[in-house]
Amino acid sequence: MSVTLARAEPSIAGVGDYLELMKPRVMSLVVFTALVGLLIAPGHIHPVIGFAALLCITVGAGAAGALNMWYDADIDALMGRTAGRPIPCGRVTPGEAAGFGFTLAVFAVVTLGLLVNVLAAALLAFTIFFYVAIYTVWLKRSTPQNIVIGGAAGALPPIIGWASASGALAVEPILLFLIIFFWTPPHFWALSLYRVEDYVRAGIPMLPVVAGEQETRRQILLYTLILAPLGVTPWLLGYAGLAYGAAALTLGACMIALALRVWRERNGHVASKQLFGFSILYLFALFAMLLVDRMSGGLMSHFAA
Amino acid sequence: MTVVSELMDDVDKPGTEVETGIRLTEQQLRARRARSIAIALALGAFVILIFLVTLVRLGANVQTPHI
Repeated sequence: MSVTLARAEPSIAGVGDYLELMKPRVMSLVVFTALVGLLIAPGHIHPVIGFAALLCITVGAGAAGALNMWYDADIDALMGRTAGRPIPCGRVTPGEAAGFGFTLAVFAVVTLGLLVNVLAAALLAFTIFFYVAIYTVWLKRSTPQNIVIGGAAGALPPIIGWASASGALAVEPILLFLIIFFWTPPHFWALSLYRVEDYVRAGIPMLPVVAGEQETRRQILLYTLILAPLGVTPWLLGYAGLAYGAAALTLGACMIALALRVWRERNGHVASKQLFGFSILYLFALFAMLLVDRMSGGLMSHFAA
Repeated sequence: MTVVSELMDDVDKPGTEVETGIRLTEQQLRARRARSIAIALALGAFVILIFLVTLVRLGANVQTPHI
């Protein structure tokens, strides 16, 4: 019996390919929401420790993205939006992506635990596990509720940021979690409405594929009707000032107006594209206002003292 | 795809010169160099981060000693 060993081709993957594996656009949202959670938390965190926490959360999110691309390489190759990713294009091998993702995940969690605190590290580990094992491996290919439940992973960063600064949990970061959690379905379903052929080709049971466009439009409206009032609750519960409340009301009204247009739309996907674009602005603006509100409140009390 | 056992068979044949090892193309060399520099920079940044965090932690403990 002769034993034959296959030799792998030397890698041509560049640094940019590895950065692309980390899903930089998703990472920017994670960094921003985690930063807000970190800065609005009670107590004082040294800027160096805060930076270390944010870096670990960023790397952890990137690791989850790399592991997602590794597992989903087969379906990514079938969809126009994802066919140009490093693994389907052959620039990075699946093994390289998996090794990169696992290494970064372990590194991020252990470093966060050692440099910041164990609670934040445990939450980061849970987030990576939830995104990779629960969403990517289990839910994504098996249920139209994939992005509803899986959205929890994307909603956790503000809680990790808060836990990094305060070492504890509270109602306020849970509100931020709920805002992102209820923001995720309208955001992704708006995208899936005009990318439905991609999902059909890849065999992913997104809501428009399984339940049809009309039901998706109805559910987008329902989730938006929950999201808009939720966005205002930090002000209603006294965690934010009037400026935030006014911004949340205005942004929420715009989201509802766009969701209504999506619901009424029968031909074409103009409204769903508009809702998808605006939903990104909505979340960034809402969290930015919360930050501005808290920072300006802090400055006012500083000058008053 | 190259097979190791075939390579070894070739070595046994008298008078045959076999080029062993992998010869990287220009593109592969460039990519490897870029990856190596990125890893070096990341490790350097990590060392600096650990150094700074150590300073902060030690400094805080000097200011408020736990005796």
